[in-house]
Amino acid sequence: MDKIKFRSERCKGCGLCVIACPKDVLKIGAELNRAGYPVIEITDMESCTSCTFCAEICPDVVISVFKKMGDKKGGK
Amino acid sequence: MKQVFKRPESLVDVPTHFCPGCHHGTIHRLVAECLDHYGLRDKTIGVASVGCSVFMYDYFDVDVVEAPHGRAPAVATGVKRSKPDHFVMTYQGDGDLASIGAAEIIHAANRGEKLTVIFVNNTVYGMTGGQMAPTTMIGQETTTSPYGREEESAGPPIRIAEIMAGLGGTSFVGRGAVDTPKNLMKAKKMLKRAFEVQINNEGFGFMEFLSTCPTNWRMTAEKANERIADELIPYFPLGVFKGDK
Amino acid sequence: MANKELVKGNEAIAMGAIEAGCKFYFGYPITPQNEIPEYMAKNLDNEGGTFVQAESEVASINMLLGAGSTGSRAMTSSSSPGISLKQEGISYMCGSQIPGVIVNMSRSGPGLGGISPSQGDYFQSTRGGGHGDYRTMVLAPASVQENYDLTMKAFDLSDEYRNPVLVLGDALLGQMKEPITRNKYKKKEYKQDWILDGAKGRERRRIKSLYLADGDLTDHNWMLFEKYESMKKDIMFETKYLEDSKMVIVAFGSVARILKSSIAMAREQGMKVGLFRPITLYPFPTEELSKVADSIKNFMSIELSTGQMIEDVKLSVGAQNTTVDFYGRPPGSIPSPDEFLEEIKTIYEKRIK
Repeated sequence: MDKIKFRSERCKGCGLCVIACPKDVLKIGAELNRAGYPVIEITDMESCTSCTFCAEICPDVVISVFKKMGDKKGGK
Repeated sequence: MKQVFKRPESLVDVPTHFCPGCHHGTIHRLVAECLDHYGLRDKTIGVASVGCSVFMYDYFDVDVVEAPHGRAPAVATGVKRSKPDHFVMTYQGDGDLASIGAAEIIHAANRGEKLTVIFVNNTVYGMTGGQMAPTTMIGQETTTSPYGREEESAGPPIRIAEIMAGLGGTSFVGRGAVDTPKNLMKAKKMLKRAFEVQINNEGFGFMEFLSTCPTNWRMTAEKANERIADELIPYFPLGVFKGDK
Repeated sequence: MANKELVKGNEAIAMGAIEAGCKFYFGYPITPQNEIPEYMAKNLDNEGGTFVQAESEVASINMLLGAGSTGSRAMTSSSSPGISLKQEGISYMCGSQIPGVIVNMSRSGPGLGGISPSQGDYFQSTRGGGHGDYRTMVLAPASVQENYDLTMKAFDLSDEYRNPVLVLGDALLGQMKEPITRNKYKKKEYKQDWILDGAKGRERRRIKSLYLADGDLTDHNWMLFEKYESMKKDIMFETKYLEDSKMVIVAFGSVARILKSSIAMAREQGMKVGLFRPITLYPFPTEELSKVADSIKNFMSIELSTGQMIEDVKLSVGAQNTTVDFYGRPPGSIPSPDEFLEEIKTIYEKRIK
C-alpha cells in the first residue's frame, strides 16, 4: 500500500510539494493530465516518511497520505 | 495503514479555477479544515467578496451570500445580527478589503461584530489582471504601476493586520503565510483562534494570509513562493498581533 | 372612532415598520429623515429587534442585503444623497432577489442641494436608479397616515416579490405632524425556502447576482422582467372628481396633498378639475390613466421638480390626442394651494373653452 496517493487529474504542476518534501522524493514528471498540466510523481516511495508536508502545501488537495501504524515517525 | 491526510469534507470535491501555485487553494483548505474541526459546516453562512475568491460558494459546502466589492463586512454584519447563533465568515482579497472596503472592515471590526474575516493579501488585484493594490510593494511593477510603485505618488503598502490590532473592538488579529510547512502550521493555529473568538462569542476574529499570485507577479509558482519569504514577510511580519498566542 | 395619535411623519414610518415585524434597522444620519433612525434606536431593541448605526449609507444598504438574505424583515432609510450612495447595493439586492424596505425622505438636489422637500428623485426611484435592468416597487405616501400604512405594506410586497421596495416621501411628509391610527398588521406567510440559515440536512444555498455562463444572465434578466411586470397587480392610485372633470391634474406625494385644497377652490370657481394621484410610482398606473384619457382630453402634471413624472403621464395618455401641460416647482419654497390654483386657472382657461 503506497504511503502517498495522487489525484493526478487535479494536479496543476506547480511544484510546491517538490520544494516542501524533506526527503526530496517528489518531482514533476513528463506525463500530462487531461488539463494539460505535467503531473507530480514520487521517485522513491520507500524514503517517504508520511510526514504530510507535501499534502499540506498543495493548493489543490492532490495528495492523500497514509502511514503504517506502529511505524515510528521517520522510520523506514 | 492509516490515512493521515485527507480532503476536508467542507471543501467541495471539485477542481478550482485558481492558477497553479496560487495560495488561495491552500487557504481555502485550511478554512475548510477549521469548519470540519469545529463542526460548523451546517451552521455557517459565508459572505463572498469580489475578486478571485468570489467563487467560494463553489468550493465551501456552506450557505453563501455574495457581497458587492468591498462590502462583505457590512453584509456579514447584517447576516450575523440576524443569525447570531450561526458562524459567519467573510473571505476577501486585498483590493476588496484594503481599498474599496476599508471603511467597512474598520467599522465592522471596531463594532466588535462576532465575525471571522479571512483576508488574503497577494499585493495585487488578481481577477482583474494584476493592477496595483493598497498592499503592492514599493517598486513592484503592476499593470497600473508599470514603473514600479512609487511611495511619493501611491504611498507605502498598507499593513492591515496592524491596523486591525490597533482597533479597540477586535478580539484576535493574526497574520500568517502558507509558503512553507512550518509557516502553514503556525498560520493554521492562528486561523483556529480567529474561528474560536467567534465560536466562544468573544468577538471579532481577523486572519491575514500572505499569498502568491504567480500569474500577475509574472513568476513561476516556485519563484512566487520564494517571494513570500524574500520580500513580503520582512514588510508584513507574521504572528499574532492581538489576542492570546 | 379608532384612537388617533398626533405623530410626526418620520416616526410614523418607523412605527409602521415595527408593526409590520421589522426586526433590523440599519441607518445613517442625514436631514430630513433623522427621526427614523432616532426612533428605531429608542424602540427597536425593546421590540426584540436590533438597531445598528452604520458607518455610511453604503454600509447600511449592505447590512440590509445581509439581513434580508437570511429572511429577516429589515429596513434602511436615508435622503436623496444617501439614496444615491445605496444604488449599487439596491441593484445587487434586485439581482440576488433579496427583500428589504428602503425609505427615501427626499430632500432637494442635485449635489448637496438643500433640505427642503423635492420630487427630483422620481427618475432615480422609478427607473431602477443603479446599474443594470431592474426595478423596485415605489410607494409614494401623501400623508402621515400613509407613511405608516405604506411602510407596513412595503414589507409584505418586498417579501412577496423577493425584491426591495422603496417608500418615497419627502422632507414635508417627514417633518409634519398629523393624527394617525396605528392600524394593526395582519400577518401573512411568505415562502422562505430560499433563505440562508445553514445547510443543515439540505444542499447548500447561494444568493448571488453573478452569472458568467453563456446565456445564464439573459435568462435571469427576463425572469426578473416577468417579476416586475407581475407587480402591476399591486398598482395603487387615488382619483377625485373624475366623473365630471374636463381637466385632470396628475400629482403624487405632498404635491397631491396641497392640490386637494387647490382643486376644491377651483371647483368652487366653476372649473371642472379632477385629481389622479399615483400611489405606486412603479409600476406606474399607465393603463388606468389611459382609460381616463378615453373621456377627458386635458391633463396637467404638477411636480416639485423641473418635470420627471410628466414623462410617465405622456407615456400613458400622449397617444390619445390629449394635451399634457406642466407646472414645476423645483425645490426651494413650498407652494401654497393658492399658487397652484393660479397655475391651474391659467391652463384651464387656455385649454377648456
